[in-house]
Amino acid sequence: MSPTSVTSSENAVTVSGLTRAYGPRVVIDRLDLRIGRGEFVALLGESGCGKTTLLRALAGLDPIQGGHIDAPGRPAVVFQEHRLLPWDTLWQNVSLGLPGADPRKRAAAALVEVGLGDRLDDWPRNLSGGQAQRVALARALVQEPRLLLLDEPFAALDALTRIRMHVLVKELVARHQPGVLLVTHDVDEAIALADRILVMRNGVIASQHRADTHGGPAASRDQLLRELGVATNLQVA
Amino acid sequence: MDGRVSNVDYVIQQEYRAPATPTPARNASAIAKPGLKPNLIVLSWIAPVVLIVVWEALAQAGWLSPQVLPAPSKVLRTAWKLTLSGSLLNDLGVSLLRAAAGFAIGGSIGFILGTLVGFSRIAEALIDRSVQMIRAIPFLALVPLVIVWFGVGEGQKIFLVSLGVAFPIYINTTLGIRQIDPKLIELGRVQGLSTLQLIRRIILPGALPSILTGVRYSLATAWLALVVAETVGAQSGLGFLAMDAREFLRTDVIVLTIVIYALIGVAADSIARLLERKLLAWHPNYGKGTRS
Repeated sequence: MSPTSVTSSENAVTVSGLTRAYGPRVVIDRLDLRIGRGEFVALLGESGCGKTTLLRALAGLDPIQGGHIDAPGRPAVVFQEHRLLPWDTLWQNVSLGLPGADPRKRAAAALVEVGLGDRLDDWPRNLSGGQAQRVALARALVQEPRLLLLDEPFAALDALTRIRMHVLVKELVARHQPGVLLVTHDVDEAIALADRILVMRNGVIASQHRADTHGGPAASRDQLLRELGVATNLQVA
Repeated sequence: MDGRVSNVDYVIQQEYRAPATPTPARNASAIAKPGLKPNLIVLSWIAPVVLIVVWEALAQAGWLSPQVLPAPSKVLRTAWKLTLSGSLLNDLGVSLLRAAAGFAIGGSIGFILGTLVGFSRIAEALIDRSVQMIRAIPFLALVPLVIVWFGVGEGQKIFLVSLGVAFPIYINTTLGIRQIDPKLIELGRVQGLSTLQLIRRIILPGALPSILTGVRYSLATAWLALVVAETVGAQSGLGFLAMDAREFLRTDVIVLTIVIYALIGVAADSIARLLERKLLAWHPNYGKGTRS
């Protein structure tokens, strides 16, 4: 670690003045964001507010038109779809792009962590949706990323599986200490998982809520829903 | 305009390429096959066996002139005699060698061009139209021209086989690469794969079902091209054996070569199927069992 990057060694990512536009349409407008190591940040927002665009920019998948992203190392991404390679076994999937020695052993350890340690040589097609998403999580964490980007990874799962995944993710993040940016539509998910909740609107972060030091929720459900433009106090005529 | 190659008229390709949603035809056969119980398999062999027995009986009774259709037993005896004299194996070897050489050359050209076009829109603009125009020619129509170019030597035969093989491989390689889920390619980039790793880990395996369909189709074409090329002019090979036998009205030898052509065609198809089962064990339409 070089002396000049003392602060960045604490940070999973630092974003300053990030701008992303599709032609004349500005989707992210001079956005600033800092995520620390081990910090779990949830990003809420209506569809089309630019949250997935932000995640893709952080992942290096899309070019940016202005600003700066300082992320030490390559971020790992878990997408909404598991994106497992159907022609590779589970351990091969987990070790995809993994540099260094003994990929099978390290992939095996990661699969044990997500509870699939006995399925190393199985094919993805034999997995349930939740299991496949667990393999995708193992594939991301085996890289020991500083920054873990989660793009609505639980959206396609049934309610019970989703809750199990929440527990698992929380546990794994606590152990591996990456900075996490979770993009989600699900207010309850954000409350359950995040240390800090950001609400994005019109390409900027409109508000943010921090969990208190006792680990209490970052914000109330009603408050978040109001900020997302959802009326919660039902008016009975 | 999507990425599809125009004029894709190979029926077999529609039937066998690996689609995201299996085609009904493939599905139906996949369901029907395990249902074929052993006694049904025995049943399915009754008609061919009866046919051969009747054929033999008619020939033995003298109802079938040996000039028209020799008895199956006579064909077998001829096969045995020609095997002992070594000429059958020699001609068979020559034919197989030609097919293999043509397949290797045509297959390589088809694969390389198909890969280029699959990857690059510029390569597609440069190459695809020309290839499609040449493909519009029934390649057997080129036989007279090819004879003018190469004479009736090895060059003519290998050229014709290559020509027949190159197109199915080309089309299916291009198609296979185009059909790869862009989300998987994006994943490869996220995981930090180099271009070479991307090709090896994601693009080629993803295109493989389609490429193997091309291989299977082109094996049949290769064989057909070879039969024509050897029949037109040759001093050795199965086709020569047949044409030589025609001079002497040796119908038994002619029938023998036809049977051998058929057997090799079946063998080639079986090899291609075996390759599919081995290489596509992961694929729900090909592999069986749950683990490798």
